[in-house]
Amino acid sequence: MRDRLLALQEEASRAIVDAQDLETLREVKVKYLGKKGEITGVLRGMGKLSAMERPLIGALANDVRATLSTLIEEAEAKLEEAKLAEKLANENVDVTLPGKAITIGSLHPINAVLEQVEDIFIGMGFHIAEGPEVETDYFNFEMLNLPKNHPARDMQDSFYISPETLLRTHTSAVQVRSMIDKKGEVPVRIISAGKVYRRDDDDSTHSHQFTQIEGLVVDSGVSMSELHGVLLHLIHQLFGEETEVRLRPSYFPFTEPSVEVDIFHPEKGWIEILGAGMVHPTVLEKAGYDSEKYTGFAFGIGAERIAILKYDIDDIRNFYQNDLRFIKQFKSV
Amino acid sequence: MLVSYEWLSEYVDLKGISPEDIAEELNRTGIEVEVIYTRDAGVSRVVVGKVLSCTPHPEADRLNICSVHVGHATPLQIVCGAKNVAAGQLVPVALEGATLPGDIKIKRTKLRGVESNGMICSAKELGLPDKVLMKEQQDGILVLGKDARIGQDIKQYLGMNDQAIELQLTPNRSDCLSMFGVAYEIAAIFDRELRLPEVEVEESPEQIAPLSINIQSEADCPIYSAQVIHNLRIGPSPQWMQNRLITAGIRPINNIVDITNYVMIETGQPLHAFDYEQVRDGQIVVRRAAEGEQVVTLDGVTRTCDDETLLITDGHEILGLAGIMGGESSEVTPVTSTILLESAYFDPQVIRNTSRKLGLRSEANHRFERGVNPERVQPALARAVQLLREIAYGEVASEIVVEGFGEVEAIDLTLRHDRLTTVMGIQLEQEEVLNIFERLQFPAIAEEGVYVVRVPIRRPDINLEVDLIEEVARLYGYDRIPTSLLWGQQQPGERTWEQKKKQVIRHTLRDLGLNEVITYSLTSETLEQEIAYPLTVPYMSIPIAMPMSNEHAILRTNLLPQLVQVAARNRNHGVTDVSIFELAKVYLASDDNQHSLPEERFQLAFLLTGNYHPANWANAAQKGGDFFTAKGVLTTLLERLDITDVDYEAIQVKGFHPGRTAIIKHNNQVIGILGQLHPALSKKYDLDDTVVCQLDLELLLEATSDELIYHPIPRYPEITRDLALIVEESVPVSQIEAGIRAVAGELLKTVTLFDVFTGKQVEDGKKSIAFNLVYRSDDRTLTDDEVQHAHSGVVAYLEETFGAKLRQ
Repeated sequence: MRDRLLALQEEASRAIVDAQDLETLREVKVKYLGKKGEITGVLRGMGKLSAMERPLIGALANDVRATLSTLIEEAEAKLEEAKLAEKLANENVDVTLPGKAITIGSLHPINAVLEQVEDIFIGMGFHIAEGPEVETDYFNFEMLNLPKNHPARDMQDSFYISPETLLRTHTSAVQVRSMIDKKGEVPVRIISAGKVYRRDDDDSTHSHQFTQIEGLVVDSGVSMSELHGVLLHLIHQLFGEETEVRLRPSYFPFTEPSVEVDIFHPEKGWIEILGAGMVHPTVLEKAGYDSEKYTGFAFGIGAERIAILKYDIDDIRNFYQNDLRFIKQFKSV
Repeated sequence: MLVSYEWLSEYVDLKGISPEDIAEELNRTGIEVEVIYTRDAGVSRVVVGKVLSCTPHPEADRLNICSVHVGHATPLQIVCGAKNVAAGQLVPVALEGATLPGDIKIKRTKLRGVESNGMICSAKELGLPDKVLMKEQQDGILVLGKDARIGQDIKQYLGMNDQAIELQLTPNRSDCLSMFGVAYEIAAIFDRELRLPEVEVEESPEQIAPLSINIQSEADCPIYSAQVIHNLRIGPSPQWMQNRLITAGIRPINNIVDITNYVMIETGQPLHAFDYEQVRDGQIVVRRAAEGEQVVTLDGVTRTCDDETLLITDGHEILGLAGIMGGESSEVTPVTSTILLESAYFDPQVIRNTSRKLGLRSEANHRFERGVNPERVQPALARAVQLLREIAYGEVASEIVVEGFGEVEAIDLTLRHDRLTTVMGIQLEQEEVLNIFERLQFPAIAEEGVYVVRVPIRRPDINLEVDLIEEVARLYGYDRIPTSLLWGQQQPGERTWEQKKKQVIRHTLRDLGLNEVITYSLTSETLEQEIAYPLTVPYMSIPIAMPMSNEHAILRTNLLPQLVQVAARNRNHGVTDVSIFELAKVYLASDDNQHSLPEERFQLAFLLTGNYHPANWANAAQKGGDFFTAKGVLTTLLERLDITDVDYEAIQVKGFHPGRTAIIKHNNQVIGILGQLHPALSKKYDLDDTVVCQLDLELLLEATSDELIYHPIPRYPEITRDLALIVEESVPVSQIEAGIRAVAGELLKTVTLFDVFTGKQVEDGKKSIAFNLVYRSDDRTLTDDEVQHAHSGVVAYLEETFGAKLRQ
């Protein structure tokens, strides 16, 4: 009986090695280890054995059974692996085919610029103020030291709706409104972006509607040195730390001293980027701030100008024609 | 203002300072210079020659053979085709090897067999623009004045070595509208000595010609001075004067006119010469016009005045519009020999109003409008008289008569050193500050930290302490001001809740594949009428008082018409897939706010046409102009904003498809509209099916919820049931869904519509709809019986209420 078991083990082992597919292996398993299998058949004759032999043969039979089971498992694993490998070998795709992309849109470059600028100023403790686009002559001009018939009103011919109301010609009107809202309290640190309108014929460099970003700081002891510092930070954030900046004296009725800021463009030379200055004492006083106690600075930037310089855009009309071949170029902004 | 470098060098020592240096430093100190023009357009080897003889070419009717003396031992033979060439003339001669503008090289040549050793040039060939040439100089060769020396370099004679620096003056710097003013500025910037010319005033003779001035409108004309000059000989002015005028961009006319222009550029004071013979009794009356009074100005145009127009009259006839333009009747003509020369100060505002109304712009009114220097009114007159005597043979025939009101005095301003430090953010030495005032020629003293500064009358822009601070800062150099960050009380910067939401909305739509556009706020009445917007119906659009065009005549009350235009424009350029949105304001006037500011409301609008998702190698395209694609975009946006309980109701609105349009409601408040564009409208713009949506931002944001509270993840299993029904086609799915929810009670967690169809398998007028229902309890595992009970209730309700038939 011992010999029979050992012979079966050898025979089964060979059959396991020979099995080339899972089906055959399963048949081998049934043949030798199944309930009606060969080993079970041998063990049925156990009753004829002596009490001495019985445990020995029983142990041997268990050994054989365990050995064969292990072999079968191993063979099974190997065959399954081979089968999977064969299956995968037929599943190759052309990895260079395009992906099934989900369409993504783009923000308008002007609004993208506004967000960038707003974020830079939020980082410096500014709030975002808003004001009406249809403005009173009073807030748009008079409160900004531009009385009726001031020659500087020439510089910004306006769209009037009635003698007292017009489409705002600059976001500076928001300065005044913000100060009045603050009721003489400091610090005032606001930025305000929005649409402004001037009577210009639309061409490659002019647009009757454009976008301005206004900034205002009022506090005690605010100086040109801080104005310089804040604008430098803005420009370095927008155009890179290496950008050369130049401050030039200029004239705006609502600031004194007034500043025009240029950046150096490697091909175009010095380019005007924004206007700024120390808030004119008259403007502070009109808005309810003691100009002896407080000083402030203000600046105005054209968003189109920033976008034009940043992205090397050649025609301002692109922003308002909304050709998707233009807009979609700004997906990554 | 065009500044002649040569002219300027007469007043300021410019040794070692180039025009480029001047431009650079002016830019750095506050006057913008964009361009430096050079008078020489590329001329070399052109000299003054004298035409000795001029005989017709034997072979060509139009050509002349000239013998021209250019200072060489022998005259040159030159063939000339100009009609006006004649013996005795002094002319510019381009010698062999000369270059002319446009890269023209002059070679020895033969014209119809006759040798020509150079070319006699026209003004154009020398690169002189017509606008600075007299009429007679515009055709043919340029005939030079008698003062030209034979053999002299033409560039020297015509002042072509000069350069003009163009100043872009801000309105406050009217002081630099004169060579004197610019000289002060340059002397200050470069710290150089200033040497302005002395004016000799000739003692007046006994009164030869009567002259009286009567100002009836004192406020409009605080100073009026005049003098009569006679025995004048009108002719061309000397070349040096013409050259300087040309560099300054002014066309020479004759010596009288040229002198008035020259003195204006020199001093900033505009002058006017009247033909004295036309001034009755030598009387000048300055008065306001009567409404409707008419005058023919010297350009031959009849001008109608109003009561704001200031006139110069002789008490009978109108001689001219004060400060704007002389009258035709009193114009100086080639036979004039006696003039009345006017130098006055006119109120800037009066001149400005009239020049605007009449649309007349000139060098003179430009200066009057900005305010001339009252101190220079009389010196300018004296200076012009001096020149009239020197170069036009004039003699004074009257006293200088001056009528004036009020005194003009220089003001003393104080500047506190502390204040200077506060504003500039840098501590300057007192000496440095005093030095700056000295360079500016502002007399100043310093005492106990306070400067007392006398501001000259020539600088009317300086009235306040802060104006002096600017002067110090700009001459010190803005670039030398150190940088610092904001100090003082700190506060966190932040967007407001609404600003954040706006950003979320825009970014979400971008992420959903829509492109942001910005369209104009101004639109046309016609466009505005194309599509209605129920939310703004009670309001009126606001017209611009003087629109530039019909396309931009009113403020919009609706964003959709312009989104359609954007789609149409893209379509015309071959871009057919258009998914766009805009978040912008509309402007609403009502009867209540007609006289105040309109209401400005942000609207969110989007438009889809063509493909929303384009086809790719694996998937078919998803159409954008489909009501449900657009509704899907909106649904996702609402989900992002946590807006629930939104209802859609079919509606018919102008500009929309009558059967595919809905108003959007939240808690019974209409917040927007969603619908397919009326096919007639899409056809008009050659668009495929197009769906648009517009929502009022404020109402939309009111519907959002910021309260987010966590729900525990369900612990008990859910049981799902599908429900397929046949109902009348007209029954809205939303009603069925609402019914299901109401009847099933709280065990029903979700209802999802997963199929809708009509067609062959379904009876006419009916539709098949299928829902997936999910039942779940939060505190126990549901039994099939419980679910079956709830579900049967739903089925029974649907059968009863909607006549629904269960599909098996």
